[in-house]
Amino acid sequence: MSRIAARFSALREADRAAFMPFVSGGDPDFDTSLAILRRLADAGADLFEIGVSFTDPMADGPTVQAGGARALAAGMNMGRVLDLVRAFRAEDDDMPIVLMGYFNPIYRYGAERFAADAKAAGVDGLITVDLPPEEEEELRGPAERAGLDIVRLIAPTTDEDRLPLVLERASGFVYYVSIAGITGTRSPTMADVEFAVDRLRRFTELPVAVGFGINTAEQAGAVARVAEGAVVGSAIVREIGAGGPDMLDRVGALARELAEGVAGARA
Amino acid sequence: MSPDTAANSYRLGPDERGHFGLYGGRYVAETLMPLISEVGAAYKQAKDDPAFHEEMGRFHKHYTGRPSPLYFAERLTAHLGGAKIYFKRDELNHTGSHKINNCLGQILLARRMGKTRIIAETGAGQHGVAAATVCARFDLPCTVYMGSVDIDRQAPNVFRMRLLGAEVKAVESGSRTLKDALNEALRDWVANVHDTFYIIGTAAGPAPYPEMVRDFQCVIGEEVRSQIVEAEGRLPDTVVACIGGGSNAIGLFHPFLDEPDVRIVGVEAAGRGLESGEHAASLTGGAPGVLHGNRTYLLQNDDGQITDAHSISAGLDYPGIGPEHAWLKDAGRAEYMSATDAEALEAFQLCARLEGIIPALEPAHALAWVIRAAPDLPRDHILVMNMCGRGDKDVFSVGDALGIEL
Repeated sequence: MSRIAARFSALREADRAAFMPFVSGGDPDFDTSLAILRRLADAGADLFEIGVSFTDPMADGPTVQAGGARALAAGMNMGRVLDLVRAFRAEDDDMPIVLMGYFNPIYRYGAERFAADAKAAGVDGLITVDLPPEEEEELRGPAERAGLDIVRLIAPTTDEDRLPLVLERASGFVYYVSIAGITGTRSPTMADVEFAVDRLRRFTELPVAVGFGINTAEQAGAVARVAEGAVVGSAIVREIGAGGPDMLDRVGALARELAEGVAGARA
Repeated sequence: MSPDTAANSYRLGPDERGHFGLYGGRYVAETLMPLISEVGAAYKQAKDDPAFHEEMGRFHKHYTGRPSPLYFAERLTAHLGGAKIYFKRDELNHTGSHKINNCLGQILLARRMGKTRIIAETGAGQHGVAAATVCARFDLPCTVYMGSVDIDRQAPNVFRMRLLGAEVKAVESGSRTLKDALNEALRDWVANVHDTFYIIGTAAGPAPYPEMVRDFQCVIGEEVRSQIVEAEGRLPDTVVACIGGGSNAIGLFHPFLDEPDVRIVGVEAAGRGLESGEHAASLTGGAPGVLHGNRTYLLQNDDGQITDAHSISAGLDYPGIGPEHAWLKDAGRAEYMSATDAEALEAFQLCARLEGIIPALEPAHALAWVIRAAPDLPRDHILVMNMCGRGDKDVFSVGDALGIEL
């Protein structure tokens, strides 16, 4: 069983949802980023989404853009992000890790080589924001051969005619983008999220994670009551960006609050 | 798709999925996919509707001022002493460039789709002005995204857009130029999919834009065909146009793609020289990649990060290129050359003095190639260059580059 499947299965047993933090790999630099991953794990993260920075992240708001820019300025690239995963994986063999990013850095690295190297580094799944099912052929083959899950994004605009296509080859979990918009801007209403997740369940048996616009423990908890996972990115990346000597402590404290919000949601 | 399997025609692309061979496609976030499919379907319908073309034709004639003249550049021809040079005068269009051809088509489509808000990106400001113009004419609110670097160097166009009632939003992310304006427009679109139509300014972006923009710009090449036959009794030997994203070029080239005797030349911006690394020549100096919804040649580093383009012309200052050009390059049907900032500046001044036409800095690049190539061509060689924009907007940057205080 993959790490992703094992984690969601264990969470289902415990009747709780996953807290899924997002950070850009290498934000603000390699060593600090590794320390941040450790803090997130200690605080109760259930799955990591690690961003591979791109100069032109068209689905991201200013906060995540800034995090990516910091990582790039610190010299991060695909190879270094895989190094980061490898370094964390050496300490933790259970945490599911999903790489999230845009296709061009993968394309340039070479899809086949990327999938093999990512798997070897300890990556479990991929979210490629600008690679819809219509265009994913050249990554899907290598990813499937390497044993990496392809996590699909579903948006509020994805209608029922399109859902079967998007979900056809999805694996690991399904990521519901809760707002029509970019990361870290506005928040969804819980009624909309619940409606959308219920609709998704008619089309897939995969766990459903919800992200975009979830900033507080309260929001994360509300999501955790209706979905299998709550993704929080911008709120954490904002703390990293604020920097300062106590940044790691603040990130840890925020993550703990969010994790508790998720863990206690169904109590 | 290759010309061999496509009945020996270069004009059949893209395929059903918006691909020109390896290039093109629809690489966007899921949120946009349903909407872009909707634009594709609406365009397909409009394309087959005579009423759509009739309406566009009426506006072209009475509003844009089409057909634009095909002008024999007699003094330039004599000066260079070789090929017979014609200018396609698209700089005489309303708003001063070919951009209006595309904006008119897209806003008519937006109206058909019932969209109530328009967004656009702009580099030099020519597309922004054209978009703001049609929005004023059709009474739709318009937001134009423009890199703050470009806002500084194209102040007259910023003011024009505001006069036309558009909101110009400064983009401060990334390199603060055209590519970042595109990112920001896409972000706006993702957040406003229900009511907003995105008028992309060049023949790039996710399908159906490369095809749609090309079709709207093909009026250039189609007019040239009949005008040159009227003037010379035959087709030209060479057609040439500058290339940033490549919309004026594809509009000129496409009607000639299946004429094997017509040489097709696109001229990219070599900035401070290809070897300097500071240029905007994606085809000559870039590599295939995925950006802004399509696969095409891009300026990028070994990590797949997009690198900044440089050109004295803000309209060519883009690290990508329309996917059909990428395909035509690989297929060998079109040749892609380049001209430096310095060569374009020379051409800009020469054209003003010899022909009484101040070209935009964009076609000044095409003209620079003409100046290089024409002397070696025989006198009966007919060369048509698209004068795709006028240079009024550029007088400040040219003055600056020449060290003249205005």
